[in-house]
Order: sequence, then C-alpha cells, then structure tokens
Amino acid sequence: MAAAPDFEVAKLTGEITVPKLREGAMAGIKAYIASEKIQEPLGFPGQLVEDWHDRAIGKMGELLKKYRSLQVFMDACVHCGACTDKCHYYLGTSDPKNMPVARQELMRQVYRRHFTFAGKYFPKLVGAKDLSREILDDWYSYYYQCSECRRCSVYCPYGIDTAEITMAGREILDSVGIGQKYSNEILGKLHRIGNNLGLPGPAILDTLEGLEEDVLEDTGIPVKFPLDVEGAEVMLVTPSADFFSEPHVESLIGYAKVFHAAGISWTLSTKASEAGNFGLFIGSYENMRKAALRIRDAALDLGVKRIVVGECGHAWRVAYSFWNTLTGVGAGAPEDDEFARKLQAQLDHSYPQPSHICEVTHDLLKRGVIKADKSKNDHRVITFHDSCNVSRASRMGDMPGGQFIIPREVIKMVANNYQDMAPGTTHEATFCCGGGGGLLTDDLMQVRVKGAQPRMEAFKDVVDNNKVNFLALICAICKAQFTKVLPYYGYKMDMVGGVHQLVATAIELPGLGAGPVEEEAEEAESEAAAAGDE
Amino acid sequence: MSTLSIVYVVLFYAATLLFVVGVAKKILQYTRSPAPLKIPTTPAPTTTSGVAYRMAREVVLFESLFKSSKWTWIFGWLFHFGMFLVLVRHLRYFMADVPFWLAAMQPFGKYAAFMMVAGLAGLWARRFLVDRVRYISTPSDHLMLALLMGIGISGALMTFAAHTDIVQLKMFVLGLLRFAPQPVPQDPVLLAHLAMVAVLMIIFPISKLLHAPGVFFSPTRNQVDNPRERRHLADWAAQLEK
Ligand code: HEM
Ligand code: HEM
Ligand code: SF4
Ligand code: SF4
Repeated sequence: MAAAPDFEVAKLTGEITVPKLREGAMAGIKAYIASEKIQEPLGFPGQLVEDWHDRAIGKMGELLKKYRSLQVFMDACVHCGACTDKCHYYLGTSDPKNMPVARQELMRQVYRRHFTFAGKYFPKLVGAKDLSREILDDWYSYYYQCSECRRCSVYCPYGIDTAEITMAGREILDSVGIGQKYSNEILGKLHRIGNNLGLPGPAILDTLEGLEEDVLEDTGIPVKFPLDVEGAEVMLVTPSADFFSEPHVESLIGYAKVFHAAGISWTLSTKASEAGNFGLFIGSYENMRKAALRIRDAALDLGVKRIVVGECGHAWRVAYSFWNTLTGVGAGAPEDDEFARKLQAQLDHSYPQPSHICEVTHDLLKRGVIKADKSKNDHRVITFHDSCNVSRASRMGDMPGGQFIIPREVIKMVANNYQDMAPGTTHEATFCCGGGGGLLTDDLMQVRVKGAQPRMEAFKDVVDNNKVNFLALICAICKAQFTKVLPYYGYKMDMVGGVHQLVATAIELPGLGAGPVEEEAEEAESEAAAAGDE
Repeated sequence: MSTLSIVYVVLFYAATLLFVVGVAKKILQYTRSPAPLKIPTTPAPTTTSGVAYRMAREVVLFESLFKSSKWTWIFGWLFHFGMFLVLVRHLRYFMADVPFWLAAMQPFGKYAAFMMVAGLAGLWARRFLVDRVRYISTPSDHLMLALLMGIGISGALMTFAAHTDIVQLKMFVLGLLRFAPQPVPQDPVLLAHLAMVAVLMIIFPISKLLHAPGVFFSPTRNQVDNPRERRHLADWAAQLEK
C-alpha cells in the first residue's frame, strides 16, 4: 500500500450494516476529466460546448427514443425505496445520492421537467428541475460513483437498472464534452492499438515468448502461447491485463496449460488482443460496436472455428450478451442477415459461441480429457467472488444460473478446500468489487475502497471463521481492484488470484512433447465415462 | 338534471378519455421504442414461457420486492391485492346482470377495504420513519397516498357506516356506459369518493402510476436470456451495418 489514505477506512466487523445517510458525504469526489486529445477521436467534443443545455436535452430525447429501458425506467419508479440499501457505494459511503433511486433521480428530475406534463406544469410537486450546471456536475460526480453492477436491478420490483441510467448519463455528458479521462483514454488506446494497455504486437509476442520459457523452466514441458496463428481451432480473446499484470498472468498460464493438455490448437490475436470493452461503460453503442468488431475481423482473418473469452467480467457480458448483436459472434442469424451469416458459417456450432474459458475447462475436466491433482492446491482455502457482470448480466452453460455453478465446479475439480461467502453476498446478490464500470482509477481511490467494504465484510467473515486464504476471481478488474484494496483492510494482496491460476497449479500436463492427439482424448473420455462421474 | 350531475357526468367522461388515451399513448410509446441490447437481469429465464412465468410472479407476488424488503412487500402487497379485490367487487356497478361468483364474493370481499387501507398506512409510515425513504419522497408521493387513502376510507365509510343508495348509483354508472346520463346520487361521501377516483384516473398516465403498464415492458424482466442462440438486432442498430 502507498502512503496512508486521506480518508477514513472503516474497521471491518464481518457483518454488513445499513448506515444512516450523511448528505454530501461524497459530493466533492470527481474523476479526472478527459482532455480534448482523448475526447475527439471518440467522436465527442473536446470540452464543454457552449450550448450544453440544449444539446444535453436533445441527447436525452434521442436516447429515450433509442432505448426502451431508459424510457420505461424514467417513468416507472414509485420511490418505494426497496433499492436504497442495495448499492455497495451507498453502504460504504452513506452518501444518499449513492442510493440507486437517488442516482436515477439526478436524471429523472430533468426528464420530468423537459419531457413530462407534470414536470412542465407542476415541477415542485413532482421534484422536477431544469438542467443546470450544478446538476451536470452532480451527474459527473455520481455517474462515476456507480460501477454499473446491476445489483439494484435485481431488487427493484420493476427491474429498474441504474446501470442503464448511469450509461445514459455518461453518454449525455460525453456528448456535451465532459468525458472521464480514465475510461475514454483507454477506449482510445483500444481503438488505436488494439488493447487497453496499448501494447503493440511485438511487445505481446515478447511477453508470450517469455511465458513459454518460464513455464518450460517450471514444468519441463513446452507449453505454447501462440499468436496470430491462421487456421487454429480456437481464438482466445482475453483482457490485455493477462499479458502483463499480476496475478492476471497466472490465469493466462492456466488457459495455455488447459489447451496444451487437451491438445486443442489455439491462438491469441494481436488485432483482438483485448476482451475488455469500455464502450460499455460509457454507454456508447457506436464505440462498443467499433471495439467489438476487432474480434469479428480477427476471427475472419484467422479462420478460427471457436472463440473463447478469458477471465474478465464486463468483457464476458459484452461477449455473451452483445457480441452476437454487435458483430455476429454467436448463432441463429436469420437467412437474409449476410453480415452475421458470414462469420457464423465459419464457426463450429457444436460449442457455444462465444465460450467462456471456464465453460471450456469445465467441460474438459468433466469429460476427463484433462486431469487435475487437487492436492496441489491443498495449501489454499478458497472462496469465490461472483463478479457482477458475470452474475447479473450474462450466463454460462446451458442452464439458468450456470455462471454460478460452472466456476465453482471448476474450483472444486482442481482443489479440495472451498468455502462460499455468506448468502446474500454471492450469486445474483453478489457485491461488486468496487472498481468496476470505469472506476478502476487512482483518482477514485476513495470511492473504490469504500465501495469494496460490503465485499470485504463478507470476506472477513470467511477468513476469520473458515481460514480462507485465497480469493478466486474471474475478472481482470476485480483482480486489479482487490490487489489494490485488500491492503487498506489489512489483508495481503497475494490472497487474490484467478480461477485458472488454481487450474494452472493442479492440472496434470501430459509428458514431454505435444499434448495427446484427439484419439487419446477420446480414450480418456470413455475411461471417464466408464469410471462414472463423481 | 342538476348542475352537480352535469359536472359529474362531464368529469367522468373527461377522466375516462384522458385515462384511456393517456395510457394507450404510453403503451404505444413503450411498444415502439426498441431495446437494442439483451439486458435481462439474473435469474433470467431461457424461454418465452419462462419469461411469462417470471412476469406473472412479479405482478402477482411482487417477487423482487419480496427479496429486497419484507416490510415494503407486506404493505405493498396488502395494498395492491386489497385494491384488486375491491375493484373486482366494484364490477357489479358496471354490469346489469351480476354473475354468481361476483355476488358470492361480496360478503367477505368487502373486508378487502381494510387490507387496502392498512397497506397504504404502512407504506405511508415508511415515508416518515425510514430515513432513506424519507430522503427520496416527493410531495407527489405523499399526495398519491393521501388520494388513495381518501378513496379507500370514503369507500369503507359507505360500505360499513353511512350506506349509500346503490340502486341509484348503479343507474348513474350504467347511464354513463350507455351514453344516456342519469343523475348522480347526492350523497357527500359518495361524491367525494367519485371525485377522487376521477382525479386518480386523470393523473394515472402522467405519474408514477405508469409502473403498472411499465413493468410489462421492462427489458430487464421481459427479455429471454438467449443472446448466443439468437441474433437480436434493433432497427437503428441494423442501419450501422449498412
Ligand atoms: C400491474 C399492476 C401493478 C403492479 C405489478 C404494481 C406493483 C407495485 C409495486 C411492486 C409497488 C412498490 C411497492 C409498494 O409500494 O407497494 C407499487 C407501488 C405503488 N403502486 Fe402499484 N402496481 C400495480 C398497479 C397499481 C395500480 C393500478 C395503482 C393505482 C391505482 C397502483 C398504485 C401504487 C402506488 C400509489 C404505489 C406507491 C406506494 C408508495 O407510495 O409507497 N399500483 N406498485
Ligand atoms: C367509477 C368508479 C367507482 C365507483 C362508482 C365507486 C363506487 C363505490 C361505492 C358505491 C361504494 C360503496 C359500496 C357499498 O356500499 O357496498 C364503494 C366502496 C369502495 N370503493 Fe369505490 N367506486 C369507484 C372506484 C373506486 C376505485 C378506483 C377504488 C380504489 C382505488 C375504490 C375503492 C373503494 C373501496 C376501498 C370501497 C370500500 C370497500 C368495498 O365496498 O369494496 N373505488 N365504491
Ligand atoms: S448499478 Fe450497482 S453501483 Fe450502480 S447504483 Fe446500482 S447497485 Fe449501485
Ligand atoms: S426499487 Fe425500483 S421502484 Fe423502488 S425506488 Fe428503487 S428504482 Fe424506484
């Protein structure tokens, strides 16, 4: 940890409590604003435009027409208050504007004033307000204190999803020239270079070669990390943090070992060297689409049959829920849909497209194609953090709730000691890590640390009572956030790691030389079937 | 016909018109606005029938609310279910021949008024007692509860204390339906009841009461979770591919 923080960090008790509200507690907190150089390549004005008021209202009108979610959510809220204690940022900061309904109300007051009869003629009665500079500032403050985690949406009787409103708010802000430095700068790098870290092809190649050497040294087995291999069966698209950051890279090693052990030919791609897509965070369909098209292009160029996504929460949301829409990566396009058909004809539909790496590993372990020595993980007592985007905005497998079952089963197939955190903090009720949705930046450290508190309370509970010493994750943002935030709460950052880090530890690599050929794999499969599933 | 009757006749026609046209316009707007992305919230069903079942649970049982706040759920459900029973009982004013089942539910159905009023009281108390709910309450939230409370109490008064002339009321209502207006009964409690009902109808399409149609159009609740199997594309998004 760096120097002592200039804000108070709560002392953990192991229990989540709802605080009394403290107005204005986080009012001064603002993320750094994007410069002209960052804004313009994304198609946004470089700085606050003169006619911001009219443009903002115009943009709101446009979004209301384009997104039914926004229109219905603006109308339907009854102020029942059911969501008020559901946001980790409210629980951690006690600022009432971090209650989901209050966050929505920042926009709803303007919506009422400009788009509804009651708000035009009886503004006081319904709490309608004309858009002012102060409100715009409030938007910037509080729409960047929301991680778009959708926890509120689970609990609202109409499913009102504050994330949708936050995204609209950010899009309106961008359209009048107020962008967030962190998200927009990264998105620019993704468009320009191909990944969030801005790593050019040679740097990626260099890293991958380094990893091959490391693994060879560790295991004596030449596990490959192929890049841009035409005709490979699988293209793996993973967050670029996996190439460079700790503990991310340990999971990348895990994916490589899985493909190696299963004898599946695979490749990474320089063009698609990023699974993350910050276009989602700023609510920009155009930018999200542009970023996602890189994956389509890479898949077409390399002629791969399967697209697999590495450990990253929001990336999996975009991949699972949106890729088919944005790029055609998926199935079921109608016959006259040439754009999607072109790619879908190339993909192998005996696998879900796209697949999550956990789905792939789960399937291989279950069928006995790959094997693990669980005892290798015996020094670990593991708990699993459900990432918000995976839990509430996507799925795995072919059954509802597969996104909860599959990663846990993978962990249990490679390790002996597993302990869930308290109900109400897992599955669709999971608490965000506190750093998602474009908040993973040092200028929002206070928001991040405080927002992590509910998750930290649940973590403390299993650390104290069940001796948990490993927090398993399937999200690059969660990994970066927890490594940074755990020390604020008195835990060591090396408690954090990926699910495929656990896989990497326990997986049995077939002897020297290449992996088993398909026949062997099939043998293994029938053996496993004969032995019966455990 | 007295001036009062004319006022009530006009009021009810106007209120009905505003209600029907207002709600229809809103529903049309919701139907027409696209949902460009798949955003169902977990636990999301993977089939259309699953979605229908989920929606039914939301509308009948307030399932999500049950998960989030037991007190709000109890009061909210008492209020809505009470109101639902009350309205079903009210059907007898709108039909010349009352079917058997409707007649059969009358004697115990009338106690639904207490469910409704008790639920409203609980919801209202929350707006004062829970600091978070107090913070988000606007004057219109209180007025809405006052209005419904007024309707409920005036109705209960007629049912349990100061009975009104039901035969004459029924003639008034059927008169409206048949476009052959009849005089309104001159009972102050009933007149208050009816005036408040008219106000409720008028504000329905311009207020948060839109949650009733809105819930059916909420993409997080009404979408099928099958984005990998079916390509989902809005018209405006398809234009980007041209
Ligand atoms: C599809 C039908 C409907 C559904 C599913 C529904 C559902 C809900 C739910 C879940 C709430 C939040 C919890 C609560 O405060 O009770 C609520 C609030 C409310 N509903 Fe409904 N409702 C429906 C129809 C109506 C109708 C027809 C009215 C009025 C005539 C109405 C009036 C209200 C009011 C006034 C509130 C706010 C209560 C408060 O201030 O706390 N609802 N509704
Ligand atoms: C045109 C519409 C309406 C008419 C003509 C009407 C008329 C009446 C009458 C005559 C009674 C007394 C019944 C008796 O003496 O047995 C009554 C009771 C009542 N009304 Fe209404 N009413 C209307 C709409 C509503 C609405 C929309 C609500 C609720 C939102 C409501 C709530 C009640 C309640 C709670 C009672 C007492 C319980 C009961 O008798 O079921 N009324 N109404
Ligand atoms: S989406 Fe998550 S962070 Fe945003 S308001 Fe809802 S609960 Fe809070
Ligand atoms: S739970 Fe939904 S309806 Fe209730 S206050 Fe929150 S957003 Fe509004």
